[in-house]
Order: sequence, then C-alpha cells, then structure tokens
Amino acid sequence: MHNFLFGIYPYIALSVLIIGSIARYERDPFTWKTSSSQLLRRRQLMMGSVLFHVGVLVIFFGHLVGLLTPIWIFDALGISHGAKQTLAVVAGGIAGVMALIGGLMLFHRRMTDPRIRKTSSFADIGILALLLAQLVLGIGTIFVSLEHLDGHEMTKFMSWAQGIFTFQSDAASHIADVAWIFKLHLVLGLTIFLVFPFTRLVHMLSVPVRYFMRPGYQIVRSRRTKPLSHR
Amino acid sequence: MRVRAQIGMVLNLDKCIGCHTCSVTCKNVWTSRDGVEYAWFNNVETKPGTGYPTDWENQNRWNGGWERTKSGKLQPKQGSKWRILANIFANPDLPEIDDYYEPFDFDYDHLKSAPEMKAFPTARPRSRISGERMEKIEKGPNWEEILGGEFSKRSEDYNFEGIQKDIYGEYENTFMMYLPRLCEHCLNPACAASCPSGAIYKREEDGIVLIDQEKCRGWRMCVSGCPYKKVYYNWSTGKSEKCTLCYPRIESGNPTVCSETCVGRIRYIGVMLYDADKIEAAANAEETTDLYDAQLGVFLDPKDPEVIAAARADGVPEDWIKAAQESPIWKMAMEWKVAFPLHPEYRTLPMVWYIPPLSPIQNAAEAGAIGMDGAMPDVRNLRIPLKYLANMLTAGDEEPVAHALERMLAMRAYMRSKTVEGVIDETVAKRVGLDGATIEDMYKIMALADYEDRFVIPTTHREQVEEAYDLRGGEGFTNCNGCSSGISQGSLFGGSKKPLKMPEEVR
Repeated sequence: MHNFLFGIYPYIALSVLIIGSIARYERDPFTWKTSSSQLLRRRQLMMGSVLFHVGVLVIFFGHLVGLLTPIWIFDALGISHGAKQTLAVVAGGIAGVMALIGGLMLFHRRMTDPRIRKTSSFADIGILALLLAQLVLGIGTIFVSLEHLDGHEMTKFMSWAQGIFTFQSDAASHIADVAWIFKLHLVLGLTIFLVFPFTRLVHMLSVPVRYFMRPGYQIVRSRRTKPLSHR
Repeated sequence: MRVRAQIGMVLNLDKCIGCHTCSVTCKNVWTSRDGVEYAWFNNVETKPGTGYPTDWENQNRWNGGWERTKSGKLQPKQGSKWRILANIFANPDLPEIDDYYEPFDFDYDHLKSAPEMKAFPTARPRSRISGERMEKIEKGPNWEEILGGEFSKRSEDYNFEGIQKDIYGEYENTFMMYLPRLCEHCLNPACAASCPSGAIYKREEDGIVLIDQEKCRGWRMCVSGCPYKKVYYNWSTGKSEKCTLCYPRIESGNPTVCSETCVGRIRYIGVMLYDADKIEAAANAEETTDLYDAQLGVFLDPKDPEVIAAARADGVPEDWIKAAQESPIWKMAMEWKVAFPLHPEYRTLPMVWYIPPLSPIQNAAEAGAIGMDGAMPDVRNLRIPLKYLANMLTAGDEEPVAHALERMLAMRAYMRSKTVEGVIDETVAKRVGLDGATIEDMYKIMALADYEDRFVIPTTHREQVEEAYDLRGGEGFTNCNGCSSGISQGSLFGGSKKPLKMPEEVR
C-alpha cells in the first residue's frame, strides 16, 4: 500500500494532470477560465482572494523549490538543513495562515452567499474544500517539524520527490517512517494534482505573462492570407 | 500612412424618440441567455441621469479609459500593465452586478397554479441569479426612464460638470434627451489594452472589436477598462462579452440589428478610412479638448488620390474605397461637422458618433421674446444647456456643438423657406458656412434618411481568405466539438485538417 501511494500514485496523478490539461486545452478551450465571481459579490472577495492567492503562490513555489532542488546545491551554497527547515517552517507557516484565512473567507462566501452558492458547481466547492483541508494538514505538519528542526526529516521528502522525478523505483522507501500527517498531506496533494484538469485550477497555467511581452497595448487581427508588402 | 477601414456609426439624437426598439431587438438576438440577462449591448438612457450602470461616465470612480501621465505617456487609467496584473486577484475598479441591476423574472406560473383565495394571485419577482424571492426591485436597465426618480439623484450626471445645475431641477427649466449607447468599436480600445490574455482584438478589415471566447480567461480587466462599460462579464460562462456590431450581418452588407430596427431612422452606418499610424499620437493629445480635432485628423479623405493609392496598397478592397467615398459617416462627421464622438476625453477614439439634439427655446415662455441671432434663434437659448452637450460630446468645448446646432437650425430655416414660402434662401445657408445644395443634401440624409442613404455597407471579402467549397454543409458559426461545421483546424487527436482561416494577430 505504501509503495502504491508514494511510488505509483504520484505517476498516475502527474500523468492525469499533464494529459488531462493538454486534452482540455485542446478540446475545450472555452471552459478554460478563472471563473471569477467578483461581479456577483464583491464583499469578502477583495480581502479573501488576495490573501488566498498570495499565500498559495508562496507555498506553491516554496514547495517547488524546496522539494525539487537537489540537496547538494544547498550543501554547496552552505545552507544547513536546519536553516532551510527553519526558513520553510517560518515562511510556509506565515503564507499558510494567510492562505487559510483567505480560503476560509472565500469558502464562507461561497457557501453562505445565495448568489455565489447558486452559481457554484460541485467542482468549485470541492476543490476549495480540498485546498482548505490541504492547508490545515500542511499547517499541522509544522508542529511535527518543530520537534526536529535539524532538517533531517525534510531531506527525506526531498529524496522522495526527486526520486519520483528521476524515476527511481525505490523513491517511496525514503519516507516509509515519517509521521502519518505528512503522508496524509502528500496523498491529498497528489489527489489535487489528479483532479487539477477537471477544476478551475487550470487558470494558473494561464498566468498572463505574455501581457508584458506584448508590444504596446493594441491587438489587431487580420484574416489576410498573404502578408502586405513591407513599406 | 497605413490605411485601414473602419465601420462607423452615427446616431442622430435629434430624432431619437426613446422607444427602445434597438435595445429590445438587440437583446432578443444577442443576450437572451443565462449569465448576460443583465447585459444590454445596446441600451437607451434618459439624460440627464446617471445611466446604466449607475454613474458609468464618472471615471474618477471607475477608472475606465486612458490617461495621459505626467510624463506624457498614454496608459490605461486603471494603471500600467504592472498595476493591472497586480489587481488580478481582486479588481478594485470592477462594478458589482448591483451597479447594473440584479436580473429578475416573475413567478408567472403562480398566476395559474395558485389555489382559490380571496386576493387575486400575483406574479412576484424572483432573482435570476440566486433564484430567491426579491421583495423589492431596486434597479433596472432603464431606471431613470423619462426623468424617473428625484432630480437630486439624477443630477449626479457627470455631464453637469461646470454647470449651475440646480435650476434644471425646477419644473419650468427641466430638459431631457435620449442617449442610445452601444460598444464604440474604438480606434484605441481600452478594453483590448487591458486584456491580460490578449483575447480582445480589433479586426483589421472593418475595425470591429471582438472578444475571442476561447482565449478569454475571465481576468475581467476589460470590464473596468472600458469607460463606456460596454464589456460585460458573463457570470455563467465566466467569459466577457460585448457588442459584436452584428458582424455576421455587417459582413453580408446588412446593418446591425439595432440600426435595422430603428423606427426613428436615426442610425447611420458607413465606412471610414483612417491612418493607423496616427492613432497613438491622436489619443495622446495634450488637452482633452484637443481630442475631438485630433480624431478628425486620423480620418483620411477617401476621394484624395494619394489616399486611394495608399488604401489599395494596404489591401483595402475597391468596393470598400467606394463605400468610404459615399459614407454618410464621412459627410456628417467631416464635411458638415454635425456629428461628435461620445466622451472623447476618455482617449479611446470612439467610432459611434452622435448628432446633438435641438431642443425648445428656453427663454421664449418666460421673456415673451426669443433670443434671436439674426434670423435664427440663438442656440445658447435652447433648453438643453450647450455646456451639457459639450461635456458629453466634445470634452466641454462648446464651440463645435454650437456650430453643429446652428447648421441644423439653418437646415430647418432653409427648408421651411423653400417648401412653405417657395423661396430659396441662400443667406441662411451662407451664415453657417454652407450652400443651398449642401443643405439639401443634409436634408436628404439627415431628415428623410432613406435606407440606402443611411446604410452604405460593403460586403466582406471572405472569398479571399477561405475556400467556399469547405464551408458547404456547415451550420453557421459554431466550431464546437462534435458538431461538424465542415471545417476543422485539425487537432491533437487527429481528424482531417480543412482550412479554416482564423484571424491572426498583425503588428
């Protein structure tokens, strides 16, 4: 079971994430959207959405860098495991609480406001609930981490995550003896990857970075088949 | 010079009777769907009033349109690109649906399903969003119809800027006009500039501004970017929508639904040629009162041989050049100078223009004498304050509006003299810088307004961009999964690739 959840399930989840997202973008681009509900109710969103998004982004990139940067880079830079662990706990803790407060505001708004409740799909509510649960678990792990600030436990997760991405068949064995709350956090995280293409989360793949690269402000489209000769 | 063609529209407010036929036919065709029942691509407002959505003209509140920064740069009023993206999680300038109105329906079923009771059954309102009972309807798409509501509220109208407005609340001095509004299909659209996804584009061949529904991600910056509040967020699909200028009709040479059904025959559609290279400089004119003139400077004379040659080189089809030469828009905006852009100070260079309305002579009743300026009444004595119209149409510059109103009065005086007294009075024409023949042309187009004179619309040249053979058996404009339109862009998952020429971005 352990090997399935942490050795095989990650590949299932990531495959569905990648193939599902491509398929949705390819076959149903009309559904690819943020699903903003700000028009219907401004209250609670202005604060909640900013807290939630900023918090989640910090956590997301923290996990990405923290888990996938090879351990030897930290060693080469002279960053001790303990220091990295402390940074992760502090930054992750603050961002986690921000995201949790924001997420709870959004969840409250979604469940109690008749306009938002009525226009929410099962996926809208479900994904928010999943993210909130994940935030609670994530913040919960901090209390376990505080007991071993030397960073020893943390390197286990790094080995696991990097093992998964480098296709090592024994990746799951790295985290065989970690606390149950970590395992739950991992399984739920992978599950969020799994459902990602079927929810509004896909909008994070559409971060409008191209906006900055666009020359000027205006966009003109032409159906001309032959380009005009340059003058 | 880079010549492009633009479909423009002029609305003759002097003839608008406020019947809302344009709004209703537009709604039936385009927005009778979930998510946009609150949206009116075309609406008619009674002025003075705060309009729909409430107070839309007040850009200190909504930050729509463009601004010229202190360093002389032109940027969206809601902020530079950085600023816009910084607001992406929560847009502080976005109206709430209550700023438009909460869409509602009535419990009609109750009228026939109610049990026997003493009181007559009623159909009570119910929200179209939440489905909940609405005890009181607080707002609608046309809440100030025929000066509805108290003056203190309506007088928050932004066009009262710089006017001692209190006297217009008095019954004797009250005035009223209609303002039908739709997307302006601007030369410098602020919605397109605000769109982080790049989904909003202007069509090169006819200047129509459209939203690519598959590329729109619902970042909702266009809604706040548009100063006319004519981009609407569909809360059901999560995409923004706007007036399409009925492009399927325009492409086949037909007027838009709103124009076709206008019973007052106030709407004109025609082609304008413009110089795309001049747009940025024109929109960035130093003073807001310069913007009207700056926009006139962007248009190109379609009879000028140099312009014709450049237009041909830039791929403007021959029949489009001909249409531009016969364009009623050109005549009213450029030759006669009777039509004006709506709020040029937003720096969007709008392309739906308005002929200001004449109104009864104000002083006649109270003074017993009409303020006359020679043979004609003085336009400054008209019931609608000149400043009010100028705030709406020329960023507050009264001179061009006064000039237009004088020409319209002269047209009446000339035609009255001709048809009633049988005298051709060239002096009236001369006084306003016209001649009799021009006035008769004005009369033909502005007063008689035959269908052929109002709508000079060349068809689009689809034959140049796609193979008609592949279009056979298609079912219209859909290109969705499963419903064969006969054309296909090909796909990751196979399927034969037939040429569907989608518009592509150009520099």
